[in-house]
Amino acid sequence: MSNSTSAEGTMEHAHRDDAGSRLGMWLFLFTELLLFSGLFLTYAVYKFTYPDEFHAAAKELNTLFGALNTIILLTSSLTIALSIVAISRGQKYLSIFFQLMTIAMALGFMVNKYFEWSAKIGHGIYPGSETLQDKGHGQTLFFGLYYTMTGLHGIHVIVGMVLIALMTFWTWKEKINADTFVRLESAGLYWHLVDIIWIFLFPLFYLIS
Amino acid sequence: MTEENTQVEKSHAHGYGHYIIIWFALLILTGLTVAVAGLNFGNLTIITALAIAGLKSFFVLKVFMHLENEGKLFTLFVYISIMFLVITLALLFADYSFLQGR
Amino acid sequence: MSSTTSDVNVSYLDYKGKHSGLLGWITSVDHKRIAILYLVSMLVFFSVGVTFGFLMRLELIAPGKTIMEPQTYNAIFTLHGLIMIFLFIIPGLPAVFGNFFLPIMVGAPDVAFPRLNLFSWYLFIIGGLLAIASIFMPGGAPDTGWTFYIPYSIRTTTNVIPALFGAVLLGFSSILTGINFVVTVHRLRAKGMTFWKMPLFVWSTYATAWIQVLVTPIIGITLLMVIVERTLGVGMFDPALGGDPVLFQHLFWIYSHPAVYIMIIPAMGVISEVIPVFAQRTIFGYKFVAGSSIAIAFLGSLVWAHHMFTAGMSNTAMIIFSALTFMVSIPSAIKVFNWVATLYKGSIRTEPPLLFALGFIFLFAIGGFTGLIPGALSVNLNIHDTSFIVGHFHYVMFGGTGFGIFAAMHYWWPKMFGRMYNRTAAKTGFWVLFTGFNLLYFPMFIMGWLGMPRRYYDYLPEFHIYHLISTVGSWILITGLTILFTNLIHALRKGEKVTERNYWNGETLEWITPTPPYVFNFDKEPVVEAGPYEYKRNDVLEPALEEEKA
Repeated sequence: MSNSTSAEGTMEHAHRDDAGSRLGMWLFLFTELLLFSGLFLTYAVYKFTYPDEFHAAAKELNTLFGALNTIILLTSSLTIALSIVAISRGQKYLSIFFQLMTIAMALGFMVNKYFEWSAKIGHGIYPGSETLQDKGHGQTLFFGLYYTMTGLHGIHVIVGMVLIALMTFWTWKEKINADTFVRLESAGLYWHLVDIIWIFLFPLFYLIS
Repeated sequence: MTEENTQVEKSHAHGYGHYIIIWFALLILTGLTVAVAGLNFGNLTIITALAIAGLKSFFVLKVFMHLENEGKLFTLFVYISIMFLVITLALLFADYSFLQGR
Repeated sequence: MSSTTSDVNVSYLDYKGKHSGLLGWITSVDHKRIAILYLVSMLVFFSVGVTFGFLMRLELIAPGKTIMEPQTYNAIFTLHGLIMIFLFIIPGLPAVFGNFFLPIMVGAPDVAFPRLNLFSWYLFIIGGLLAIASIFMPGGAPDTGWTFYIPYSIRTTTNVIPALFGAVLLGFSSILTGINFVVTVHRLRAKGMTFWKMPLFVWSTYATAWIQVLVTPIIGITLLMVIVERTLGVGMFDPALGGDPVLFQHLFWIYSHPAVYIMIIPAMGVISEVIPVFAQRTIFGYKFVAGSSIAIAFLGSLVWAHHMFTAGMSNTAMIIFSALTFMVSIPSAIKVFNWVATLYKGSIRTEPPLLFALGFIFLFAIGGFTGLIPGALSVNLNIHDTSFIVGHFHYVMFGGTGFGIFAAMHYWWPKMFGRMYNRTAAKTGFWVLFTGFNLLYFPMFIMGWLGMPRRYYDYLPEFHIYHLISTVGSWILITGLTILFTNLIHALRKGEKVTERNYWNGETLEWITPTPPYVFNFDKEPVVEAGPYEYKRNDVLEPALEEEKA
């Protein structure tokens, strides 16, 4: 045999490996990114096929709403990053405060989104509506993509909120502490990804008018 | 275990200030992208918007997501994923850009 | 870990954990037990798939109606495809043998995320049951073909949604397995196990894991979009609302073509393990065989649109995709040549695993060459959607991956269960299977070339003879399968007991573990000093020489 075994000790389960956990989380984030990319590819194709209709349809969207939500998400990204700094320095309650801020802003984002969607639906713009059919193919697809992409993103925001709430609970219980906080880091990574996707959704839907 | 273990095990080399500066930069870029969208660049509009979005994501990835503190492997993985996306988009448009009626 | 060393230094099969019996299996996070869970569930699904295939062939034994209605036939070929692809071939090697042997081969006690590993098995089971359940729900079994092509898949009234959702769950199960493997390979290699010392099965599973991570999400979102399309009518792919059905085909094949490589690359890895061991010789061109896995994974992601040459793509795209398609054959050929070169002047032992490996090379070569034919644009127009294609992908998927799975089973069975099967029965089974296989699928090339469309329920009398041969072939093939599986299952209880560690005289790490492996695989931490196939000629010759002297 060309391989040998060392004399010391028997085998046991792999030791704690924070970098390994983060590597796994990053790989998961790529899959999330690629999940969205299926929709981004669809967007690209139809934007290319119906440039003028997309242009016209984007005018219906309120840039102010979009910009406000962008700022909210960017700030929530900041607070979750700060909560990790806080926990690494052992400032438990400060970390909890930042996590709660993040959740509050995520909630704000969803409320904002709710008003935006209901306004659109109030104007008769939703998949299968007559108003949309009158607007023609390009606009139908624009709003179809708008609802699908922001909808899927919204689901991710909700999942992120639940995740962070769980982290807050664990921080409170001190399962997450100055020494072991890789879970909070992973939840943070997830939240930043949600932010990055919105960074792209915002110009693609709101800024092409 | 192997060579990758030498990378930084705990990723919190920075203080609060570092993140707040980046956040501020991100807000400015958001303002910029909204302002620029008001101007009419024609086809360039969407390219500018996407370039700014790319820059913003770069900051988020690098600083908020601690890519600057992780090993090279993480960065390599990010490149692999982005390359895959770009190639897929390019090949998809090998069809759509040259399409004559379907 | 609360358990003491003596608790875990027992075979994983005998380990008494928190739970015992069945519960001890379905709550276990041991990668080996999860692998067995996959093995059992995969074989159950496989037998369902074989039954559907058998019924389909029986229907086609003569023109006109034989045993079933056209609608039933449509449902049966749809589910045959779905089950065989998503529940047998894709998980067959990575989830079963990858799970069992990848951690052992890199010298790790388990995968990086054991609980995630168990979770992905549950996703697999739920997804699989959902797909099967779609047959029995009111509305009728899905009849779209496994490809779910739009617009039919948004018009048909059958149970497409449960089948789609099942496929999405199976996709996520596959992603999680992929993530687990990539992290395991990067973080849990034993001392001295550098990348260029990894066994080739690990290389191929690693390449596969990357494809799983990168492309599977695209099928996830695409199938979800079809669900959204069916429920809300967004118009994404619906030509009536401005959508483009061909875009669906693009997105579908962006995943489903690389998925073909998810199926075949691990099988190539198995062959790369088996050939050196049964030739007792270092693999020829180790780095090229390892690198070609990565090359196939990369190139394989760029060729998806060769499934769509008749769909009305731009000419530019067709030329690009055709050229890229031919390029994939280069790394595949590198592997085949290196395997054959490894056998040259080796001390060959024609044990069952080697027979399957040789069967793989022979059938995969035919499957590979007949893949180049439809890769050429002008020929493609003639044979697109004919049974030529069906013959081609069965030669690659069944003749390739299927035989790879059987090779893996016969190679690792003694290590996994500590029992040896009957060699004569295994060899008989192989020859029966091999004969049946060629009788079943070779006529498809001929009738496809003559113009027999695939998926047709009825056909012209001139094709009768080919269909007849093919159906008879299916009976022989099933006989072969029965012999093989009866033999393997019989061995679990009655087979000759194996306790020696290195049953086949392999040089990879699984052969230094106890047989069957302990709970954390090794009794002592492994240290790797040499490459995986560094046979010194003396290792084989010395014992024989010593015997002679004595």
